[in-house]
Amino acid sequence: MRTCAESFEAYILRALGRDFGERLLPRGLDITLCDQIFLIASGLIWNVYFAVFAVGIGFFLATGVAVAKADPRGWISRPASAFIFVFRGSPLFIQFFFFYSAFLLLPRGIEINLGFVTLTADTSALTRAQVGGLIVLVLNTTAYSAELFHGALRAIPRGDLEAAEAYGMSGFTRFRRITFPTMLRLAWPSYTNEAIFLTHATTLVFLSAFPARQQSGEAFFYARYFVDQTFNPFVAYPLVALYFILLTLAIIGLFALAGRRLNRHLPKERRARYRFRPQYIR
Amino acid sequence: MFGFCDDPSVLPQWQWFACFLTTQTHFAFYRSFGVVMLLLVIVAPAALAMGFLGALAIRSRFPPLAWVGHGYVNIVRGVPDIVFFLFVPIAVGQGIEWTLHQIVCPDWDQPIRQGNDFIVCREARVPPVNSPRWMHDLYGFALAVLAYALVFGAFAANTLHGAMKAVPRAQMETAEAYGMSRGQAFRRVMLPQMWVYALPGLSNIWQILIKATPLLFLLGIQDIVFWARELGGEKTALFRFQHPDWRVWYFLAVLVFYLLLTWVSEKFFGRLMARALRGQGVQPRSGAAA
Repeated sequence: MRTCAESFEAYILRALGRDFGERLLPRGLDITLCDQIFLIASGLIWNVYFAVFAVGIGFFLATGVAVAKADPRGWISRPASAFIFVFRGSPLFIQFFFFYSAFLLLPRGIEINLGFVTLTADTSALTRAQVGGLIVLVLNTTAYSAELFHGALRAIPRGDLEAAEAYGMSGFTRFRRITFPTMLRLAWPSYTNEAIFLTHATTLVFLSAFPARQQSGEAFFYARYFVDQTFNPFVAYPLVALYFILLTLAIIGLFALAGRRLNRHLPKERRARYRFRPQYIR
Repeated sequence: MFGFCDDPSVLPQWQWFACFLTTQTHFAFYRSFGVVMLLLVIVAPAALAMGFLGALAIRSRFPPLAWVGHGYVNIVRGVPDIVFFLFVPIAVGQGIEWTLHQIVCPDWDQPIRQGNDFIVCREARVPPVNSPRWMHDLYGFALAVLAYALVFGAFAANTLHGAMKAVPRAQMETAEAYGMSRGQAFRRVMLPQMWVYALPGLSNIWQILIKATPLLFLLGIQDIVFWARELGGEKTALFRFQHPDWRVWYFLAVLVFYLLLTWVSEKFFGRLMARALRGQGVQPRSGAAA
């Protein structure tokens, strides 16, 4: 049996690959409580990775899609609405399967002919969870956030925009100074929830199509592994639930800081309040 | 299925597809769409009933019952649902076997958890040893339904509780002024009026429920995802119908199925909302009807 310190050393970075700690995962009767605590914790590395990059990239894409959906010209708004409908109307779980099998069909290297030189793009990375799975998560969160931002865009007080016009602002200046900050401020409470859902949705990456190479997966992947090994759901699942509650609290804290900055010019009673509305499945 | 299907390798294209899409395994795939609908049809009323009980418990004037209601809603809503979907079936399954074991085999001297095994006596196994395969399938499905009902019941409890609170206070005061008891006022005044306030939330929960159905796959049930993976995978010359990796087309079909389902539900709830608002002195929430 390992001591706690030994399993800390063996498994705390194991999620990065088999070169980071013990080559094999603990099996059968060899599993200790500390193994479960540290291996599941090491899986959180990937949950945080997926969540940070998906929310970070998705934020900018969602702003674009939301503005496109609000555009009066049909040929701009219709594709944006269709994109949002497809990704919000279908289960994320199926999206993972669909995109994984689509990525598998891509030819190994795509040759891009630039006339004077031919570039070969390697597509095999797309079948890895860390790239392909991230792309699916980005598209998914873009659709959900764009819908939130679109709602916020429609809720911007007309007076604010008219005042901006009266000051001679137009086009991009008005968007940067008035529309965008107000949209963010109005959408921020629900956007906090969106970030939480997305973080919880990262558990689906390895449960669906994407393989966990070298058994490096995220926290819930390891929790499920332990339950399969020990046939005891009363340790690993509560543990992973606890980790996710802590992660959720961290997100709420971070977003509350940003929200305070967005609302700093408003008196307290006019600030949009955050409400925790957990409905995770998507 | 068709008479000309004896040797698929020599068939022209459309006949090949006609034969291919009517194999036994494809019918299993089509039936799995029915399983999704069946799950929805069973879980929706079950979750609504659980939600109603939960909302009543929260409103209860007897504090322990109110604590139970609050605890149920907050615990289920606070923990990621995927954890619940995988935890509840296995935990309840072991719980049932453990309880049965205590009843039917009281003089069993070995521990139930031996190392990594969960061992109960032969008579306490559920479903019974040697029962046919469909019994195991049915039991697994029933446990899955329980997990869905628990999770969505908590969501529904929250929505219904909110809807009960949203019924204007004056309505209840009028009922009291007419001398109705608490129960009568609830049945005659609150119950008919609360649905308008509950509908947007319930519609949302229904959409989430639809999108949660593919998680059946994680419980080892042969559902849509299972068959799409199974049928779409590359088939070599060993198989009657040889084809390359077609999983992407199968998952596209599943994706379209879900899009249709959510789209139809959205239209349906829009109609329902318009109907529920008839004759009511409330304005539809912006966006709810759109």
